[in-house]
Amino acid sequence: MPKQFITGNEAAVLGAIDAGAEVMFGYPITPATEILQGWITKVELHSANAEENKKLQYLQTEDEIAAGFGVLGAVLGGNKAFTASAGPGHILLQDSLAMAENLRLPFVGIMMQRGGPSTGTVNFSQQEVNLAAFGGNGDGLRVVYSASSVAEMYGLTIEAFNTAWEYRFPTIVLGDGYLAKTRKTVELEKPKKNISSYPILEEKNRVIHLRNCYSNEEALGKILKKNINDWKKSAPQIIKSESYLADDAEILILAHGLVAAAAKEAIDKLRQEKIKIGLFRPITINPIDNAGLKKAALNANKIYIIESSLNQFSRIIKYELAGLENNFIEISKPAEGFTPEEIMKAIK
Amino acid sequence: MTNFSPKSWDQASKPHLFCPGCGHAIALKQLGYAIDELGIQKETALGIDIGCSLLAWNFFDVNTVQTHHGRTTPVMVGYKMAQPEKIVLAYMGDGGGYAIGLQSLIHAAFRNNPITVVLINNENYAMTGGQMSPTTETGIKTTTSPLGKDIKFGPGFKGPELLKNIASPKAFIARASVSNPIQLKDFLAKAIKNQSENSSFSFVEVLSICPTNWKTDVKQSFDKLKEMEKYYPLGEL
Repeated sequence: MPKQFITGNEAAVLGAIDAGAEVMFGYPITPATEILQGWITKVELHSANAEENKKLQYLQTEDEIAAGFGVLGAVLGGNKAFTASAGPGHILLQDSLAMAENLRLPFVGIMMQRGGPSTGTVNFSQQEVNLAAFGGNGDGLRVVYSASSVAEMYGLTIEAFNTAWEYRFPTIVLGDGYLAKTRKTVELEKPKKNISSYPILEEKNRVIHLRNCYSNEEALGKILKKNINDWKKSAPQIIKSESYLADDAEILILAHGLVAAAAKEAIDKLRQEKIKIGLFRPITINPIDNAGLKKAALNANKIYIIESSLNQFSRIIKYELAGLENNFIEISKPAEGFTPEEIMKAIK
Repeated sequence: MTNFSPKSWDQASKPHLFCPGCGHAIALKQLGYAIDELGIQKETALGIDIGCSLLAWNFFDVNTVQTHHGRTTPVMVGYKMAQPEKIVLAYMGDGGGYAIGLQSLIHAAFRNNPITVVLINNENYAMTGGQMSPTTETGIKTTTSPLGKDIKFGPGFKGPELLKNIASPKAFIARASVSNPIQLKDFLAKAIKNQSENSSFSFVEVLSICPTNWKTDVKQSFDKLKEMEKYYPLGEL
């Protein structure tokens, strides 16, 4: 594709379209609103003349609860459907996300994190990690991607649809307010092939009864056991991470999303000062690339875990890297961003 | 065997799991007859809400999905968008439709989404043990209104009348009762046809009996239902 000067929200809309999404349900909320706006604009302004957009639909719902359950209904009908939200809207979406987890429905949600708790700020945070990964009344069988750049908002949105429909787990792309609103020049690459969708509440020669509620422990337990098994089997194919100058690093930074982008800049500068420092960035926060993480961590004698929430990310890391805690230095700034200079200062 | 049940019922799930004497079974029977008469079994998708309603998750030989808290409405709105040729039904109770899920019900009616909602009104949250619901009438004793429902919690909630105010003129809105199965089936069939022929929203509230939580026998149940019908008038709105 030619070079484009776009925001993270615009990249998400392009990603959804190139992933073959057919319908969006959403409710306006800063900083994710432009995804809803962008999708509707595409549908309305292009459907008349662009063959490929003819089938696209949208519904601006009464709230995020209806948006999430609308997604599930369309998914049951065989459409690639999605929503986008943030903060308090992301909270309301947990209801439908939990149902998606129970029924293994390929829900796709793009969450542009804002400051919390509650209304918080409209700007930025990494405080929706717990919510995205473990927010429901279940065990967190949801795939969570964390995007680090505008271009990645596009690529991970496409990947989210494909992962959701291939493995049948709800899938979330985490961005944040800065990523949502920052305009960058990007050169995007269209996917070669997407996973197809299909009607779920429909089968040939068989009537489907899908329930979300069981009358005894064993019946639900059996389903959950199967789901957990599938999750464990799928995880190696789903995990995604980036290792940046980590091979010979004595100091390792663990960060995700936009904080990892700042860490990279800091690393480039520190490397010029001959400091052996690198970054390991989980791109899927759930499931996480445990082997890649361990490999990077075992080489380092100091590990900085840097994030814009109070240890939400580092709690995941600590579970994965149990035994290495002595090397950890946790830097948490809930709902505030990091500059590369700040990171350099903290490390020196 | 004499066939006393609708063809669209799933016989494997019978006898059903509703309490003896429950009005749901009467409503579901008439819904089954309406589906049979219209010959729409194969193209119907049914959404079932939480509460006693959920016991109908495998009641019909019809593709069915169960959810909760009145979210059946947005689920079926979304489903209809993906499958516009299907007949889409949402089945729920008065708690799901008029309390926790009211927002979605109102907006589906307001937007004239072409789905058919069937709401069973038995004036209580029955599955959880008979708590006061929006439709519980003033003075009625429930487990959360032990002295009788105080007017400070509102009078009995009139859903069809509320929806009529905001729904499209093309919407079909009616109240039926399990005391009159013929009228009930007629309204259900009209509501379904309004979806398929007029691509419009339709809503049927069904006044129903709950002997278990009302602690009433057969006669008392239907006597109480007659009282309900005075406050909640039957008919098309």
